[in-house]
Amino acid sequence: MKDSMKEEAGCCASSTGILEKDKPSPASPCTCAVGGSTAGQPSCCPPTGDVQQTPIRTTTSEITLSHRLDHFLARWGVNRMGHTVEPGLYPLGNPTPDSDVFVSANYSLSFDALRSALAGRDAYILVLDTKGINVWCAAGKGTFGTDELVRRIQSSGLSGIVRHRKLILPQLSAPGVSWPDVLRRSGFLVEYGPVRARDLPEYLENRKAIPSMRRVEFPIRDRLVLIPVELVMAFKFMVIPAIVLGFLVSWLIAAELVLAVLTGTVLFPILLPWLPTKDLSTKGLILGFLVMTPTAILGAGAFAPFQLAVAAATLLIFPPITAYLALNFTGSTPFTSRTGVKKEIFRYVPGMAAMAGSGAVVAIITGALRILGVI
Amino acid sequence: MFDSYQENTLRYYPERCINCKRCTQVCPHAVFAEGEARAELAKPSECMECGACALNCPTQAIEVQSGVGCAWAMINAALRGGDMDSCSCGGPDASCCGGEKEKEKTPCCGAK
Repeated sequence: MKDSMKEEAGCCASSTGILEKDKPSPASPCTCAVGGSTAGQPSCCPPTGDVQQTPIRTTTSEITLSHRLDHFLARWGVNRMGHTVEPGLYPLGNPTPDSDVFVSANYSLSFDALRSALAGRDAYILVLDTKGINVWCAAGKGTFGTDELVRRIQSSGLSGIVRHRKLILPQLSAPGVSWPDVLRRSGFLVEYGPVRARDLPEYLENRKAIPSMRRVEFPIRDRLVLIPVELVMAFKFMVIPAIVLGFLVSWLIAAELVLAVLTGTVLFPILLPWLPTKDLSTKGLILGFLVMTPTAILGAGAFAPFQLAVAAATLLIFPPITAYLALNFTGSTPFTSRTGVKKEIFRYVPGMAAMAGSGAVVAIITGALRILGVI
Repeated sequence: MFDSYQENTLRYYPERCINCKRCTQVCPHAVFAEGEARAELAKPSECMECGACALNCPTQAIEVQSGVGCAWAMINAALRGGDMDSCSCGGPDASCCGGEKEKEKTPCCGAK
């Protein structure tokens, strides 16, 4: 009996050569002619051509010190695209053919969040090849998408490994996955779990998400973890101009540039929800003025033409830099729409450029007059 | 005033809705709410155009031009003479929002 089932499934799961003992018979017998599978093939048949059968690895829910180091480096933008997990099917614990199947991205932070949330459970984790990108961004790009999911279901031989036809996906994969298409092409029904993996234990109790599990928020903790990478990226642009300014003009001005950049990359994400106005550009400009005004006044030190001109230039040049960094933070927030961001760009970038440009003109004229001894 | 996010490209055709509730499951901002016979468009201005609802609606009752809400990517695309509407971020050879232009749509960059 067992052998005959194996025969029936011959073209499918057994070709993976893995987990023979646990392998159930497929839900429906499949009959793939050798080499003859084309469009409309039964879902249990392996795909043709380019898709390779991937071996099964195992995993645990444990997060070790080296995982934590990997997370830390990822947060600091070190080897940004290198925080990956091998795509494929991973048994967690001792799964049976009836165990749940969870789908994740091959970004180590995504995978680790999922497997640690599933501590103490027996399950399968199907890791898609999202090129080391997290679930939401990969879904937006389409790499965590219907095509890759269907391909990975086939290459992992999943339909021969589990008896049911259900997959639990993270909610934030939905921008890339079409559940009707996945069902039609693979026979698997997609269930969207909660946004955050850490809500999974509660979700799995009655397979229902309470509204807060479906909502993306942007609390202080989530904003704080983004700061290192914002800093690292801004630093690359900042360091040379700051040094040039320091040597050619003054180290005070160089320090003000550093302050403006730190305001945009560190202070801005922290204060985001408490800054007035809805647009990020205006929030950033307001914060820029709040920080640079006292700085400019203190830096001026005296109520004389030259000092006032320098203060004016400072206030024209640096707040727009903070505002521009704030505008760029739109890409890190989980709520800005493209329509809105585009509107912000057209509304405010010309103004920012005009402000900074006129500040530069004031600075140059002031410098020239100083050299000529006029002020 | 100073709110560029009041309008977006989300369109809902309730007469096509079969009340499968998928949109209420996938939306991260509760733009859609469960209704008696069909989904209700509860908070349209909260939409971030991620496209999840439209892609997962089996009856095409929802339309949205999904895309990247990332200024960095759009400005980069514009500076390189590319199309601001088809820029995307992330990918094997692009750091976040590298202005890489290939596939359509992407909601986020640095966010989780």
